[in-house]
Parts: sequence; structure tokens; C-alpha cells
Amino acid sequence: MKLKLSQLEIGKSATVNFVAGEGKIRRRLFDMGITPGTEVFVRKKAPLGDPIEITLRGYEVALRKTEASIVTVEEIQ
Amino acid sequence: MKKFALAGNPNAGKTTLFNTLTGATAHVGNWPGVTVDKREGVYKKFGDPISILDLPGIYSLSPYTPEEVISRNYILNENPDCIINIVDATNIERNLYLTTQLLEIDVPVVVALNMMDEVKKSGVEIDVKLLEEKIGLPVVSISALHGEGVDELMKKAYEASKTKRQGKTVLENSELVHLIGDCKIALDGLGVKDSLFHAVKLVEMDELEVAAHPQPTKVVEEFKKTFKDDTFGTDFDAIVADARYKYITKHYTKAVKKSVTKGKDKNTKSDKADKIITHKIWGIPIFLAILFVVFHVTFSENFLFLGWLLGDWTSLSGTAFEGLFGDGALASPGVVLFNLMDIVTATVIEWVNAGLETLGASEWAIGLLCDGVLGGLAGVLSFLPQILVLFLLFSILEDTGYMARVAFILDRLFRKFGLSGRAVMPMIMGFGCSVPAMVNTRTLLDQKERTTTIRVIPFFSCGAKLPILTAVSGAIVMKFGVGNADVITYGMYVIGIICAIVSVILMRATTQKGDVTPFIMELPTYRKPQTTSLLLHVWDKLKHFLEKAFTIILASTVIIWIVSHFDWNWHFLPDEDIDKSILAGVGSLIVPLFTPLGFGSQLSNWAWVFGVAAITGLIAKENVVATFSALAACIVSGFVDSQEGVSSVVQMIETTGATIPALLAFITFNMTTIPCFAAVATAKLESPDKKTFTNTLVFWLATSYVVSMMVYVIGTWLWTAFIFAGIWAVVFVLIRLHSKGKLFNRKVKK
Repeated sequence: MKLKLSQLEIGKSATVNFVAGEGKIRRRLFDMGITPGTEVFVRKKAPLGDPIEITLRGYEVALRKTEASIVTVEEIQ
Repeated sequence: MKKFALAGNPNAGKTTLFNTLTGATAHVGNWPGVTVDKREGVYKKFGDPISILDLPGIYSLSPYTPEEVISRNYILNENPDCIINIVDATNIERNLYLTTQLLEIDVPVVVALNMMDEVKKSGVEIDVKLLEEKIGLPVVSISALHGEGVDELMKKAYEASKTKRQGKTVLENSELVHLIGDCKIALDGLGVKDSLFHAVKLVEMDELEVAAHPQPTKVVEEFKKTFKDDTFGTDFDAIVADARYKYITKHYTKAVKKSVTKGKDKNTKSDKADKIITHKIWGIPIFLAILFVVFHVTFSENFLFLGWLLGDWTSLSGTAFEGLFGDGALASPGVVLFNLMDIVTATVIEWVNAGLETLGASEWAIGLLCDGVLGGLAGVLSFLPQILVLFLLFSILEDTGYMARVAFILDRLFRKFGLSGRAVMPMIMGFGCSVPAMVNTRTLLDQKERTTTIRVIPFFSCGAKLPILTAVSGAIVMKFGVGNADVITYGMYVIGIICAIVSVILMRATTQKGDVTPFIMELPTYRKPQTTSLLLHVWDKLKHFLEKAFTIILASTVIIWIVSHFDWNWHFLPDEDIDKSILAGVGSLIVPLFTPLGFGSQLSNWAWVFGVAAITGLIAKENVVATFSALAACIVSGFVDSQEGVSSVVQMIETTGATIPALLAFITFNMTTIPCFAAVATAKLESPDKKTFTNTLVFWLATSYVVSMMVYVIGTWLWTAFIFAGIWAVVFVLIRLHSKGKLFNRKVKK
């Protein structure tokens, strides 16, 4: 099932499918290792509900839902 | 002298390695044109000294942050003899991404695999030999913190620096390899150095590259027309990033072997700590508690609230150390150090005074030296202990990795006002001291966001403003018998915060307009702070403060002393004749300026005292209460202030006939105006250009004037509150319309 990274529930893992958008933000996501095929795991949300914290490639990164929403993922069941 | 540059990701331990290598030779400056730290030092263990440059922490050589552009330009244009690429072994996959880019440049590179001790502890093994073979660069495993492997690293780097290296790319199996080859040939034809690196960047259609080499860009554009990838289309930028990571996982991470037993639950301690620290419910209360502890340790006169339990046992009354550990309760470490500094400087000044008197020096010479010069020095030094403690505590929070979590926790709230979560810490530091707070805005990525934050930092009332608050509010309660001094003090803090919020909203909608910067931030593993790196960290920040504050505060106190102790004919005046001084003359001239604020011409006598106090306060807020005491002594001869300024202010109220709203306006003015010259100097240093800096000064003066006028006018004639509310409503509506482009038919860029 394909969905946006921002919609992925806490505690779920998924594979990155596609990164939309353009320019700076997109490039940053790539540089941080969010490339197609990467496995990501949603660890938690900040106390106020946003940003979210995800684990990928053995480290943790925080990103806002706005940025997470340009990443399409496929949930790993 | 050979030049080595350190390059690596943020949090990879680059600065620790730099400090280990350079020790006392290190010095911090700025990269030209940007406020990014530039650290340089010398490594001396070989006979041949080597200059070491610490490049800013970066994830990539893209052109999207000033740090990346600086590093890239340095490596490409300044011909370092060797690049030491520091890689965090606990996070090897992402760290090697930068390595794959450095690989493409024709400069010798040595990989320093840092934090190998931690890797071993977590049950992971890295086959250094295999990794070296795969990357094709020398790899040395080190622990920058414990100094392990550092000598070997430098030996390898030194050897490497004697060789020539040809850039190579990990994209050799990519579908773009031919295009890269074509671009490289084109660039070689143009005589471009490091042609492989530039060729890859051209293929990525990197902004800087396209601008620098427009001709070969056409090759890429032509190729795009014939090309299509199933996943990425013609998005070369994505293909390249993807290929790099694929190469890393396919080849490099083979060298990483996880043992079965421990491998699964990695970093458990860090994970456990994180569960509590950023907890859904407890995260924010924990943050508030940590803040409370920080300020309690720095500023509290009743440490651990022992005063309530144990009563008065700390005063040491009658001894030379009277008041050192507090008066009636145990003082916090910050306050103890503050008192100690106070005792030391007072004693020194006393000795010098006595010495000069026996030598028969003239009264004005003693005054100038003891009150002006030494008094000024003592003034600067008196800040030092508490700033030191505050720096230390904030550095601990930074080194443990907590600061990143604070940004994570509060980003949502701050985004509402148009700032990112990273602005939280500088603002909170503002409650301690504006100077380090402004320096700390460097963690903000966007210049407009930084300027906005710097401008509102003074509204978070600093430690030096507290004496004004307590003295004036204490005097209001004492003289008029209304209210409660604590409530007034807290109320003022609240006014400051409201000012900050309104200013941020206004600025982000008008002059400092811009989208909220993206928030994609690594949350580093929690680490125990290490003493050496902590001390270096604190020293770095302290040096900033000392260099700026010392000269400026010292010069200004000397000037203030001179203008308050001489009349227009340059006759020396003793303390009690300050009313005849140049300062008083200037003060009388500007009295009408303060009339709308309630402490101008409407006062019956000595109308200039508040104005003069406010002006001396622009230099340093400590001056305000000191000016009151000096002036009180000159109104009533033999007057001695016994209550930390309260009785001086009461005296002022009796003499001038100032009203409660005028006094509140006076505090408000001090709270929101130019904080001190040290902060002005810092703001100048941290501003991108002169115009921004000048506007910052104008902004502070205008805000304090308008806000304190509102306090006075509304306080005196309550019904005017409706008028002000109306004006503000109109302002907000106009700004909203303006930003939507509906005003003046302005078109908004999308």
C-alpha cells in the first residue's frame, strides 16, 4: 500500500518509493539518505504532534510533516 | 607549511579531533562574509608544522547551505595538501555519502573512522582493511576523544599529502557514466581543475556548476532529451544521490559485521533516555524543569531552597567573606562565584584607592582610575562568573544532544510565529545574557530567521535587568503601598515575551518575510559530555564575549564617569555634584523626549534623572541602578542606599513626583530597548550587513519607545486602551492584506 511518509503510523516501517517536490528540500532529503528503496521506521511524533522522528540507515532524523508529505512510501507489513 | 583540512558530517567528532590535533594553537575566526566559525590551528608533532583547518560540518557538497558552499569552495580553490575525512563509525552509511563526493576531487583524502570504541561496545565489528580496499583511500580507526590512533592518522595523511591523487567516482556502474565522461572531457578541454568532480556536479545540474560552466551544460541538456529512467525519469540529481547510497550499501557496508548477540538492540541506553526526554506528555515538563535547574544553578540566591529549611547560617557576617555563600540562604554556585568576584574586585579597588591616597594623587585622578577604569573592569568581570556557569550548562545540554531535541519538541509551537524550533534555545538563553544568546543564533539556517531572532532576544529580560525590576517595583510598593513587587516583576517578564511574539509575527510578515525554513534535522545519539571538549566549547564562547564586551563596556564606563564628573568647563566634580555635570546638562536637553513616556517634562524637579538613568542603561543595564544611587546621594547629602536601589528609587519618586504608570513605563523602556553595548557589538558581528544592523538598533529604540508610551498612557488614562487596541487591530489587518498582496494591488510572487 502506497502512502505518504507523513501518514505512516508510529511504530511502522516502510520502503521509500518516490520523493516528489524540487530543489532544496528534496536535495536535502536525498543527502540525508532518504532515497528510493531505503527502509524507514517511524519512531515517534513530537509532543505537539509535529515534527516526526524517523530511523533510517542506522540513525535518527526529525522532519516536519510538510517535508514528510513529499515522500511516498510503501508500508512493510 | 602543509595545509590539511578536516571535513565531515555534523556530530562526527570533527571539532574534538581538531582540538586534539591543534591544542592551544587553535583560534576561531569567521569565514569572510558569513557568520560561520572558521577554526585554524597548527599540528606540531612532526618536525614540519602542519596547518589544520576545521571545515564546517556538512552532509554533502551541494550548494544549499553556507556551510556546504564554504567547504566546497575551500577544497576546490585553496588546494589543501590533504583532506582528513572524519567518519562517525556508529553511523557509517550516511557518513560515507560525503566520502563518495570527496573521492571525486583530485586531492589526497584520508578517512578517519571515529568512535570505533563505541562501535565495539555495541557489538559491531568493522573490517578496516576491507573498507580501505573498497574505498581505495587510507582508512585509520581512531578515537578523537581519547586521542587513540591520531598519530597514525597524521602519519598516513602526511604520506598521502606527498602523493598525487586522481579523482574517481562511485558512479562507474551508473547509467550516467558516459554522460559524466563526456562532461569531463568537455571540462578538461576548458582547462578546468578537478574536472571529474565538476562533471558530476554538472550532471546533477548543480546551481553553482551550471552558472560556472554554461557550455558543457548543453551536453547534459541534450542527453536529457534521449534519456529515461524507470524510477527517476530525467531527474539526474536523484539518480546520482541514489547511486551513491546504493554503492555504499553494496560495497562499503560489507565491511561492517554485526554480531548476533548484541547487534539487535543498538544504543539501548540512548533510546531509553530518549523515550522519556521527548515523551508525549513529559517532554515539555522535562524541558521546563531542565530550564529551571539551569537558571536556578546560575542565578538563585536560595539554592536548593535550603534557606527555608536551615535558616540563616551562611552569612559569615563579620568576616572578610561576608555574603560570599549568601545571606539568609545558601547561594547557587553562580551567585557564589559572582559574590567572590565582587569581593575580590572591591578589595583590589580599595587597595588601589588607599595606595593612591598615600601617594597624594589628586581627587579626580583617583576617581578616574578607581571608579572609572577599575570600576568598569569590575563591572565586566562581575558578569563573568554567571555567564561562565550559564555557558557551561548550555554547553552540557548541547554536547549531550539535548538541544536538538528541544528544537524537535517545540518546533510546532514556534512555527506558528514563523520561526523554526531551532530558535528556542537562543531565546531562552536571552533570559541569562543577550550576548551568548545572539552568538547561538548561528544554529539557525536562514538569515532572515536569524535577524528576527537576534532582534527579539533582548525582550527576554536578561540577568542584568533584574536589579532594575526589583528596585523600581520594590519602590512602587514601598512608596504607594500598592501591588506586590514579585507580581510587577513577573508582569514585566510577560510584557517582554508578548513584545517578542508580536515583533516576530510583524517582522516575519513584513521586512523579514520568508517561508519557514525546512526542518530536516539529525537527532544525534545522546552522549556523555566530555570534560575537555566541554571546556574548549565554553572557552570558545567566552572568548567571543571577552573580546567584545571588555573593550566596549570598559570604554563606555570610563566615558560615563568622565561626563558625570566634569562640567562643561572641564572642572572636576565630586560625586554629590553630578547635577552640574555634562551628563546632567545633556540629560536636561533630552527631557522632552521622555514626556510621552511619563518621565519627562511633567516631573516637578530633577526631571532629567530618569532620562539619564535610561541612557546610561543603553550602555549596560547595571548602570541604571548605579546611576540612581549616585543621583540620590547628590539630592540628599549623605544618602546611603541600603536596599539594593529600592530606597534610591523611593528618593527619586519623592523628589520628582513620578507616577506609577511613569515608573512602569520606565521599567518597560529598559526592558525592551538596546540591551547594552556588548549586545550591540554582538548584534553587529552577527548581522549580514550594515543596513540590517542599523535597522536592528532603530527597531529596539522604536519598540521600547512605543511600548513604554503605551504603558504610560494606558496606565494613566485607562480608556485609551481601546484606542490602542483599535490601532493595533488596524495594523494587523493592513499587514495581513499586504502579505496577501491585496494592498496597493501588489502582486505576490508564488
